[in-house]
Amino acid sequence: MDSFWSVLGGAFGLVFALDPDLMEIIGLSMRVTLTAVFFACLIGLPLGAAVGAFRFPGRTFLAVVLNALMGLPPVVVGLLVYLMLSATGPLGPLRLLYTPTAMIIAQMVLVTPIVAALTRQLVEDLYREYSEQFASMGVGPLDRLTSLLWDARYSLLTVALAGFGRAVAEVGAVIIVGGNINHVTRVMTTTIALETSKGNLQLALALGVILLLIAFVVNACVMALRASAARAAYA
Amino acid sequence: MRDLAFDTASAPSSSPLAHQEAPLLEANGLTFSAGKEVLLDGVDLQIRQGSRTLIMGPNGAGKSLLLRLLHGLLKAHQGEVLWQSKPLSAQARRTQAMVFQRPVLLRRSVLANLKFALSVRGLRGGDRARKIDKALASAGLSHLAQRPARLLSGGEQQRLAVVRAIACEPSLLFLDEPTANLDPASTAAIEDLLMDANARGVTIVLVTHDAGQARRLGEDVIFLQGGKVAETGSVEEVLNSPQSEPVRAWRDGRLYLGPNTQILRDHSGRIS
Amino acid sequence: MIKRAFLALLGAAMIFQLAGQQAEADEKFIIVQSTTSTQNSGLFDYLLPRFQDRTGIQVRVVAVGTGQAIRNAANGDGDVLLVHSKPSEEKFVADGFGVARSDVMYNDFVIVGPASDPAKISGSNNVIEALRKIAEAKALFASRGDDSGTHKAELRIWKAAEIDAGAASGDWYRETGSGMGATLNTGTGMGAYIMTDRATWIAFGNKADFEIMVEGDPKMFNQYGVVLVNPETHPHVKAKLGQAFVDWLLSKEGQAAIASYKVDGQQLFFPNANDGSS
Repeated sequence: MDSFWSVLGGAFGLVFALDPDLMEIIGLSMRVTLTAVFFACLIGLPLGAAVGAFRFPGRTFLAVVLNALMGLPPVVVGLLVYLMLSATGPLGPLRLLYTPTAMIIAQMVLVTPIVAALTRQLVEDLYREYSEQFASMGVGPLDRLTSLLWDARYSLLTVALAGFGRAVAEVGAVIIVGGNINHVTRVMTTTIALETSKGNLQLALALGVILLLIAFVVNACVMALRASAARAAYA
Repeated sequence: MRDLAFDTASAPSSSPLAHQEAPLLEANGLTFSAGKEVLLDGVDLQIRQGSRTLIMGPNGAGKSLLLRLLHGLLKAHQGEVLWQSKPLSAQARRTQAMVFQRPVLLRRSVLANLKFALSVRGLRGGDRARKIDKALASAGLSHLAQRPARLLSGGEQQRLAVVRAIACEPSLLFLDEPTANLDPASTAAIEDLLMDANARGVTIVLVTHDAGQARRLGEDVIFLQGGKVAETGSVEEVLNSPQSEPVRAWRDGRLYLGPNTQILRDHSGRIS
Repeated sequence: MIKRAFLALLGAAMIFQLAGQQAEADEKFIIVQSTTSTQNSGLFDYLLPRFQDRTGIQVRVVAVGTGQAIRNAANGDGDVLLVHSKPSEEKFVADGFGVARSDVMYNDFVIVGPASDPAKISGSNNVIEALRKIAEAKALFASRGDDSGTHKAELRIWKAAEIDAGAASGDWYRETGSGMGATLNTGTGMGAYIMTDRATWIAFGNKADFEIMVEGDPKMFNQYGVVLVNPETHPHVKAKLGQAFVDWLLSKEGQAAIASYKVDGQQLFFPNANDGSS
């Protein structure tokens, strides 16, 4: 196989050529993952915060379950979602299988526990700081939830990034529920898998480098956001 | 009353009327343990409406714990807390407020912190905005309204915590050594805020280490030692002519190592 | 300011997502469950645009292992099944999941191996003899081990050679449990003999120093069949559009298209729709 540098050069060549197929694939990857992470946060942030901030029976058990689900293998998630969306499955009539929506759903299932578990830990630690003052001030449950989430907002950005990283890098879930159909459900990771299986290792690697670059750019943007916040001194 | 509040001499004793009213807050036989260790042992006390009561005593006496029991943050293992002669309820708690030794502020602006506290009380709109402006002005923080609260100095943060509590218009304000970590200027500012609030009728219950602060602020004193009430009375009585050994030792600058105190080292010759 | 920009970006993304979903719903398409080897040969990229130009029907291919393709089709998650495992296809129809099975094309399997050829089988056209030599020499052999058409064909040949390769699993017989491409990657990586369909091998990009060792034995004949998924079992199946695809594949035009697909000047698939379908 050729050297690392020739692969890197190949990757940049692909990007600068603005190959339309590649652009389509990158666009779909971003659309699927960003949407999935968005909804995963919508569900996971309040869920994690509730488990972190409230005391109720079974709380510790739920926390353990959330932590464990962080390790859900993507291929297992793909299989489960496939069984749900299959024509013979409960959600079959929705005809969602082999569409980007199915991929979004699968990635949501994958990312939500990560967001929830990490949020829980953050909120729990934060709540220790505030519990007496909140009790003294008579802060109600909903206010407690929203104020803790907002207080932790910059750390929660990192949580969302963790979810994003997991989703953008996985192939097991999206390939089963999406089918890796050309121009329809083919994303970066499934393309890499396909090219690898065709023995086109250099192309696969170049795509991998591009994927890494995208992840890098996303992380850099969020870090810039955090830095500006640090300047506004989120102590 | 107001002029005398700025005197460096001790504060005047309560008005004659107060003796006839039922105490605002009362504790009977409060006991609290952690495992086998008894932290508070049968504490009885009474807080008069409109008074300034100081809870004093050496470290480990149980002062902060007592405050939390009185405010309802913890539940006593034995004994009861009565608010206006009725058991302390969640509703009663809402008419109280507490300031902690280290200010607990949300990671948002000074203004937003005040907004939050007031919205929790159900205030909105113009009413809330007016109260916020007043609170900021009284604390001298108006020019820092947009600053992230955590960026303020220790004194400024505590001033914010105090006016935040006062802005909620409590009947009784608890403070747990609010100026212990502050410089004299900040301490003076906060004592002013407390005296103003008291003049408007807010009952003050303050835990302090500082004899000077006791003389400046106090009307009544409750002196705790080893989880028990060693002595109560007016500031002059307790500080000038203490009756009990713990208070006498404290006033004289001795460490009171009573019968139940664990001695860690051999202090040969030093215990008098 | 940043908050507002972020919210705007979010809003745009959501609109984008909804628009995308709507656009898909309007297209005329069918789903074909097929195999990775067919996909990897590049046949679909060549063939399907021709069909789409002719009929306006978009063909979406889900390429998985043969077993999975049949399973998916049986679940009704596809409109047409196109695999290369005749007994399985016939069972599929017999079980009521498919309407009828037709021959479409064939290619052949070959055995590829490292240039060093430890079992000394290069140039052979007798696959049974070659496998016996491999077993005797205990030369490494990488099998797909995934119940696919290729795998089943491989097992048939081992059986015909009266060799229990499975007993040596983990020893010289390495079961990758993967698709053809992954198995080829693994095999060339460890210098093992591999049985692969010719089409995938010719199109494969990571050959290392491997060459075709054994070819031309009639036992390595690989028949492809197409089946329309039964609309009576799964009413939502796009029977009309699916049938149009089946008909086109079997038509003179489709068959000619299959024959004209070449890689490196070599024809990969040989149409045989008229040579007696079942």
